[in-house]
Amino acid sequence: MYKYDEFDQSIVDTRVAEFRDQVARRLAGEISEDQFKPLRLMNGLYLQLHAYMLRVAVPYGTLSSRQMRMLAHIARKYDRDYGHFTTRQNIQYNWIKLEDAPDILADLASVEMHAIQTSGNCIRNTTSDQFAGAAADEVTDPRPWAELLRQWSTFHPEFSYLPRKFKIAIVAAEEDRAAIKLHDIGLQLYNNDAGELGFRVFVGGGMGRTPMVAPVIREFLPTGDFLSYLEACLRVYNRYGRRDNIYKARIKILVHELGAAEYARQVEEEWAHVKTLGLDPPPGEFERIAAQFALPAFETGIADTVDRSDPDFAVWLDQNVKAHKQPGYAIVNISLKPVGGIPGDASSAQIDLMADLAETYSFDELRVTHAQNIVLPHVKKADLYTIWQKLVAADLASANLDLISDIIACPGLDYCSLANARSIPVAQKIAKRFEGLDRQRDLGELKLKISGCINACGHHHAGHIGILGVDRKGTENYQLLLGGSGAEDASLGRITGPGFDEDGVVDAIERAIEKYRTLRTDGERFLDTYRRVGMDPFKEAIYG
Amino acid sequence: MKLLTGNNLKTGDVVWWTGSDWSRHIAEAADVDGHGEAIAAAEEAARRVNAPYVIDGEATPTGPRPGHIKDRIRAAGPTVRPDLNIKPADPTAGGWVI
Repeated sequence: MYKYDEFDQSIVDTRVAEFRDQVARRLAGEISEDQFKPLRLMNGLYLQLHAYMLRVAVPYGTLSSRQMRMLAHIARKYDRDYGHFTTRQNIQYNWIKLEDAPDILADLASVEMHAIQTSGNCIRNTTSDQFAGAAADEVTDPRPWAELLRQWSTFHPEFSYLPRKFKIAIVAAEEDRAAIKLHDIGLQLYNNDAGELGFRVFVGGGMGRTPMVAPVIREFLPTGDFLSYLEACLRVYNRYGRRDNIYKARIKILVHELGAAEYARQVEEEWAHVKTLGLDPPPGEFERIAAQFALPAFETGIADTVDRSDPDFAVWLDQNVKAHKQPGYAIVNISLKPVGGIPGDASSAQIDLMADLAETYSFDELRVTHAQNIVLPHVKKADLYTIWQKLVAADLASANLDLISDIIACPGLDYCSLANARSIPVAQKIAKRFEGLDRQRDLGELKLKISGCINACGHHHAGHIGILGVDRKGTENYQLLLGGSGAEDASLGRITGPGFDEDGVVDAIERAIEKYRTLRTDGERFLDTYRRVGMDPFKEAIYG
Repeated sequence: MKLLTGNNLKTGDVVWWTGSDWSRHIAEAADVDGHGEAIAAAEEAARRVNAPYVIDGEATPTGPRPGHIKDRIRAAGPTVRPDLNIKPADPTAGGWVI
């Protein structure tokens, strides 16, 4: 994992001191809320429905056990004993006191963490593949480039006041586990026909009120040109992105209005100049960063088989454990989606337990996933049964990864001041309706995603089944969408028709799924069947 | 009736104007009639509240009830964590919100 150098630590410590002074001045009445609000937002502190909410950055979703324990400590000491892992691989605390915020940031800084750029019209935390460095199918570990992005984008003077927020995701496998085509910039590392490593660059994707799948604007970008090219992408956006209308300010609108080819042409033109400025780091600097993501000291010659005699363990193994690049090792997914639970929430005791498991069994590393789960990336297969038993005892062993109850849900109207409807109770009712694991596994991969408003923090556009909560004359109403995907086969869901109340949307989903069961062919997922037969049969099943 | 609400500046707690002070309990909220904006401005200037605003509510036998579900959730707490609600032991709280 990357370790702060003296510059990183100094930047973060200085920011904590600066914010401590700003909070003191706000409480003393020396600055107004209008003056203070942009300052607190730059440090991830929002005013939400019930209290202040703090969003803490987890760079590219990677954490050490020590950092994870600090997240538990903050939940226990300053909040209400739990945290909420988000679709941007971050963590949020819902009950923060303004007067405590500087101390919290100081505690975070002591473990090389912060909340900088988790709000505002700047480049946000870069997200990545939660299996990075472990995945059997990756061409390289994408995190050194993500770390380079973090350093480049942190306090970037030219990009601190963009037309709108800016999100970048990076993967290094054919399977897209980070929804790159639904980001402002999506980057896919791959080897070209000549065997050279480079990036396929997607620009202009996003969800929200105008969802778009990003087009490719450069098929192959040599790794050595990485930062200068991104600088050019951002410069064109910063210059021409719309600032007159917040709903048209994201880069996806610019790319759409210009056309991908014209946007790409302008980027190339800008890049020709930017390349001369010496922005791309020398190879030695990249190697310094990459060395900190070196593979752990894996044991060799160890057993590559697992005793499956415990049937419950075998189910968990099949559902939640994924292939590792190193023989004898596996990737463990810890589901934060127990039936009746709140997607993404974990108590401080659970967070501590996951930190302990990582320290003992996973080379001190954890990952947060955009699906609001936790990953132990480097686990010896011989330790899987012991880990599973400990997870069972902590109510963390739900064997439902990528099944219908592994629901992405935004905090919704239970916590969020922007929301129009509650998301969590709908997720809970769906999980309860499909509680039986045999039924869920029979349905296979089925990604269900719920947002409580058009901002789409719950990624409803990208759900095989998506739900959007709206406010209909003061009453919660839920639109149903089918056919979305955030994976390499990215697509946007289509609305089925008139919306439903909370119970009605659960019934409608069950009708759609029963229809799928009658239509599917062998091995066909819900999404595959939908794509083959179209909306009409589902619509008929849902509305009669 | 009109109700005045906001958040405590230091703690962020949801608070309701009682006629002379702020309370975390909506049962103590007063009808601010047409004076809400003026009270909000004075209290915000005195740093006793953050982001105050006036809402529509109705008088009920158990006290004031905000007209919109968002403010009822603010008043009671998240519907999915009754243990964190302002009245965690009250079994009627959920019905009051919905």
